[in-house]
Amino acid sequence: MCEKKIDEIIEKYRGQPSSLIHALVEIQHENHWLPREVMHRVADALAVPFAQVMQIASFYKTFSLTPKGRHEVHVCTGMTCHLRGAAKLLERVEELTGLKAGETDADSRFTLDTGACLGSCSIAPELIVDGKHYGRMTPDKAEAVLKSYE
Amino acid sequence: MTMARLQSAAELEDLRADILARRDPAKPCIAVCAGAACDGQDSATVAATFLAAVDQQKLGGKLEVRTTGCHGYCEKGPNVVVTPGDICYFEVSPTDVPDIIAATLKGEVVERLVYKDPVTGAKAVHMNEVPFYKHQTRLLIGDNPKIDPMKIDDYLAVGGYAALVKALSTMTPDQVLDEVKRANLRGRGGGGFPAGSKWETTKNAPEKIKYVIVNGHEGESAAFMDRAMLTGNPHKILEGLIIGAYAIGAQKGFMYTRHDMPLLEKHVRNALTQAKEYGLLGENILGSGFDFEVELHFDVGIFVSGESSALMRSIEGNPPEPRPKYIRTSVSGIWDKPSNLNNVETWANVPQIISRGAEWFTSIGSEKSKGTKLISLSGNVVNSGVVEVPMGTPLRTLVFDIGGGVRDGKTLKAIHFGGAMGGSIPASLLDAPLDFDGMSKLGAPIGAGGLLLMDEDTDMVEVARYLMDFLTKESCGKCVPCREGMQQMLQILTRLAKGEGKKGDLERLQDLVEVTGVASLCALGKTSGDPLKSMFRYFKPEYESRIVDIAGGSESK
Repeated sequence: MCEKKIDEIIEKYRGQPSSLIHALVEIQHENHWLPREVMHRVADALAVPFAQVMQIASFYKTFSLTPKGRHEVHVCTGMTCHLRGAAKLLERVEELTGLKAGETDADSRFTLDTGACLGSCSIAPELIVDGKHYGRMTPDKAEAVLKSYE
Repeated sequence: MTMARLQSAAELEDLRADILARRDPAKPCIAVCAGAACDGQDSATVAATFLAAVDQQKLGGKLEVRTTGCHGYCEKGPNVVVTPGDICYFEVSPTDVPDIIAATLKGEVVERLVYKDPVTGAKAVHMNEVPFYKHQTRLLIGDNPKIDPMKIDDYLAVGGYAALVKALSTMTPDQVLDEVKRANLRGRGGGGFPAGSKWETTKNAPEKIKYVIVNGHEGESAAFMDRAMLTGNPHKILEGLIIGAYAIGAQKGFMYTRHDMPLLEKHVRNALTQAKEYGLLGENILGSGFDFEVELHFDVGIFVSGESSALMRSIEGNPPEPRPKYIRTSVSGIWDKPSNLNNVETWANVPQIISRGAEWFTSIGSEKSKGTKLISLSGNVVNSGVVEVPMGTPLRTLVFDIGGGVRDGKTLKAIHFGGAMGGSIPASLLDAPLDFDGMSKLGAPIGAGGLLLMDEDTDMVEVARYLMDFLTKESCGKCVPCREGMQQMLQILTRLAKGEGKKGDLERLQDLVEVTGVASLCALGKTSGDPLKSMFRYFKPEYESRIVDIAGGSESK
């Protein structure tokens, strides 16, 4: 984790309670998860109760309260992806990674997530790794994609 | 390059004349789509290959390469359009780049990359001949291939901000409001509520501080047209917002959109910065005395934050819990100030209404639904993509003429509108026109405009289960009917989907739909049973067939 960057973000919003979500989003993007100690510092700097920071951090799906793997694997479960076979794709990805949605493996290689909808419905079903979209994905092709991430 | 702020309407028109004078309309331009689907097909490499080739061969004086937002025909991406002539190339790969450049320089066409009819093999070269495009009226999205969303000058070159100039220099706020009211512009976000009336409520609210908001959350599953607009032509939405703020008397605006699309964020941020540099945001806009600023906010990954009162809580930095509807956000919204919220597409319609007038706008569309509608066409359809047609267009045109029918030679079972809170209607109703009220009566309200085709293999019980599963995960949990009612419905639907339905399940579902619909706080809970209602109306036998009739003595089933 990059302490300096996190400090910069916190400083930017010091004394601005209404910027709580902004601050947390930026830290999440930078650090990929929100350590408790960091949330305490956010609470102090923005002058909001820690309980409120926890409320926001635990409510919105974007925030992670646990460390993520090196690679974030996302299977889109939107309607078109669903109609075009996302369930089978997800099953295969779960098998390949040994993870269920929301989990991270012991080696911190992958975190698996699902969610709807990323709006690239025309190339459904979709597998997204670290923000890179792999469209018209099949359970067979998924293995090769995941293998390319160490 | 930083521009000096424009001080007046005349200065903006001078700038526009200058931009146009420096452009040669005859100079070929290769527009590479970087919309969400094309991007997912690595259009970025295609664009980079074009740019590198032009650079290497020093062709900068002879042709231009432009990276643009979504062109619409997402199914066949990466899309490339060459002007003049709007020559459409589909499924372009980096290896096609030399051929396209060579042909463009000679004024020729690369035949192998143009549209071919899958049945007759007939080719279509120009955009107005391609079946997907030729049945459309692309008033809103048509500019996308002409604009690099990172360049405000491109927007000015297609007449951008002329409506703002007109409003600020020749119209009073009341006249602007009146024009929008007479245009009968109805909200594109799902409700179809007249935008003019909503504006008027906020305008007339006694508080001095007022806000205007762009709802670009677009959480509806399989809806992607707002993203296409906001990413591809952010200034159009911004122009609409500034005009609206002027009419309403708002000093501050918020753009609320998705956090998970880096390109969208980049384009909107850049548009706000450029508009500020040009003096289209900030103090004394174009010397009119009108001050207005805009702040960008992001959803943080939950569907309910697209609900208007929840969205406003989120902007304040709170969890997105909706408030009861008797508190109207147009009177008491963000920090309890009057806040007018409209969807991306609604705002995008405002500039053309001001430029071309209410009479022109009302000449398009059906009797009670005016203008065009953006539709995200997907599901089991041959041609998926972003489509724009006049209101009142028969669904059949959308599904067959534009959409090309069902994939893999299958037959159409149903179409579904409006995502998880929408409805499904059978293929037999395809002659119905696309219309807010008509579609609501049929049980498949347009919603934001996500249209899904479902083929003969689609299990309607599974569709309802899937949608309910989605909603249970997206409920904020504040009110009991929504939180618990949907949970109960999901349990029954899960049982039915497995073919293990019990006697009385359908009656119980019906009760739950009713109670959740009446007693929930916001639209998420209220309409959570809408897909089920439509399915009970049109596909009930499919549900009945999932009941194992224990009383009838067939336990062994």
